[in-house]
Amino acid sequence: MIRLVPTAIATAGALIAMTAGAVAQSKTLDAVKQRGQLSCGVNVGLAGFSAADDKGNWTGLDVDYCKAIAAAVLGDAKKVKYVPTTTKERFTALQSGELDVLARNTTWTIQRDSAQGLSFVGVNYYDGQGFIVKKAAGAKTGKDLGGATVCVQTGTTTELNLADFFKASKLQYKPLVFEKADEALRAYQADRCDAYTTDVSGLYSVRLQMAKPDDHLVLPDVISKEPLGPAVRQGDSQWFTIVRWVHFALLNAEELGVTQANVDQMAASTNADIKRLLGKQDEFGKGLGLDNEWAYRIIKQVGNYGDIFDRNVGAGSRIKIDRGLNRLWTKGGLQYAPPIR
Amino acid sequence: MATAADKRSDRPVGPAGLLFRPEVRQLVYQVLLLLALALVVWWVASNVAANLRRQNIASGFDFLSRTSGFDVSQSLIDYSNASSYGRAFWVGLLNTLLVAGLGIAFATLIGFMVGIARLSPNWLIARLASAYVEIVRNVPLLLQLFFWYFAVLKNLPSPRQSYVLPGGGFFNVRGLYLPAPLPQPGFGAVVLAFGLGIAAAVGLWMWARRRQRLTGRPFPVLRVALALVLGLPLIAFVATGAPLAFEHPVLRGFNFQGGLVILPELMALLLGLSIYTASFIAEIVRAGIEGVPKGQREAALALGLSNGQTLRLVVIPQALRIIIPPLTSQYLNLTKNSSLGVAIGYPDFVSVFTGTVLNQTGQAVEVILITMGVFLTLSLLTSLFMNWFNRHMALVER
Repeated sequence: MIRLVPTAIATAGALIAMTAGAVAQSKTLDAVKQRGQLSCGVNVGLAGFSAADDKGNWTGLDVDYCKAIAAAVLGDAKKVKYVPTTTKERFTALQSGELDVLARNTTWTIQRDSAQGLSFVGVNYYDGQGFIVKKAAGAKTGKDLGGATVCVQTGTTTELNLADFFKASKLQYKPLVFEKADEALRAYQADRCDAYTTDVSGLYSVRLQMAKPDDHLVLPDVISKEPLGPAVRQGDSQWFTIVRWVHFALLNAEELGVTQANVDQMAASTNADIKRLLGKQDEFGKGLGLDNEWAYRIIKQVGNYGDIFDRNVGAGSRIKIDRGLNRLWTKGGLQYAPPIR
Repeated sequence: MATAADKRSDRPVGPAGLLFRPEVRQLVYQVLLLLALALVVWWVASNVAANLRRQNIASGFDFLSRTSGFDVSQSLIDYSNASSYGRAFWVGLLNTLLVAGLGIAFATLIGFMVGIARLSPNWLIARLASAYVEIVRNVPLLLQLFFWYFAVLKNLPSPRQSYVLPGGGFFNVRGLYLPAPLPQPGFGAVVLAFGLGIAAAVGLWMWARRRQRLTGRPFPVLRVALALVLGLPLIAFVATGAPLAFEHPVLRGFNFQGGLVILPELMALLLGLSIYTASFIAEIVRAGIEGVPKGQREAALALGLSNGQTLRLVVIPQALRIIIPPLTSQYLNLTKNSSLGVAIGYPDFVSVFTGTVLNQTGQAVEVILITMGVFLTLSLLTSLFMNWFNRHMALVER
């Protein structure tokens, strides 16, 4: 008994030390700089957004956002530690401080902004939820899916939209919920479900992975708004501002015609907007806690938003998704960034 | 007696003396430790709450009464996307209990058969049983689940090409569809007859035991009891004019509608869990039987008991004492392993509650606490029951 007391006190002390450590939260920017690496939460594998090849190199639209942040903050787009997260783990990983930023085709909702301690910095892909079915089943639109079994991944807005859609359409359905998208897809391919549902961009990406892509049809229905974007923890407004302006810098660069290919020539430009973007005029980097060439490095090492889009999901990729809503506002799309000035 | 009383009066008395008495001192230490522990728990809890508030993450258990907004593929109680998160909790829990309960029953059955087969004098049977044990228990369970799920799914036909089973059932990639029995008025008599049959069988068994103890004359209890339990309801069923209708599944649109459905996820999980756990149970059973001294069996045979009687009356009761404690661990393992069902789309507790509910509400701390509480309760209940059973079976020393 007596011997137990010191043990108990030691245990209590350790517990107090652990929880106290969580209270004093360090600034994310300092932590990233000290570590020399950005911890970026990405998808386990979604071609076009984040996927690793057989050598362990990550590519994709979200991956390029990780690289852009690393280029701005650490000066090197390669200094990223990619942390693959499932839909289920992603928020806990960010909340607990394991991640500095979550760039994982995640939908921005009020629930996540208000009750889960997250802050979305912007929308890097305007998406919507759809269905993919086998052509042989004969469904042409969402309304033909009455009585269908639908495979879906757990922990997503997708699960809720699915329920809402069938409720509103007054149709019966059976959801089949899997932890990983891979398993949900395998069940769909084994004919366990009639349809697989996720964001439309994801549907085009998985269609390519099928043995015979032409046997599958992405239905025209888009049943929800899915604004996807990077998110950070609440409570560190400086870090939030940095990540948000990395996104805006990518958009502004495209709008100003500054690409990865021409950024060095553009540096000599006399256009004041371009000079401000590339740090030749004014000192906006200081306000962010960075140097003045932060945006130059992003474009030099990663490219502008258009470069990133084309390379990963657009015309220059295998998926070939139309830019649609993701065009710049000047070209009829929704992508719009506040000016750098 | 007198000396003991004298000794006690020698002890120091009064408030200071009280502290020197070992039993009082022990009590004080225990109370102090308990207080310290309570303090630590309170401190951790309030710290977590403060941190969650600071990070603007919702906390508390109010979410349990909010509308869930998602659907579940298999539910033993009424549930829709308009039900609450609390209801979803019960849906998941019941699904876990269903697969754990059935899994324990099947695993025990297969395990005992394989365990006894390993000791068979027949070379082929013994080797087959050893091969089963060595292969199955050395392959990770998750892989086995994937194997059962995807290998089996791949070989089943689509709804339109279903296997038609006798009696109006269908078997396809969407599951096993059986006609659902719908009791009609008058079916109560059949249930009553069934109850009577069981009561009569128990009475018969007690009477036969007593008679055998007193006179030594055995009675064929099993056959007569079976006749009572099955025969009585059958007579009632025929006498009341077969008051049972069936709802047959019919192919409409994508899939069969109506009837009773057993999902492939449940089948695969059940198969995987029972076959995996049975390989461990088989080893436990073999060890138990081999742990009974050979002399016991020889003595039983010398007394003129048959082979079956020797096994049933002499070997197994003694083997059970060795078997039950490790068997309990296997039951606990099976229950906890059922959470792997999330990988193959079975809506168990971990999938529904710790998966979907956690993600939709974002209240990780609360949901994980509840989950740990649930598994702890399930495990403690299982071990409580098995400990009681163990005491019941233990050697009564006279």
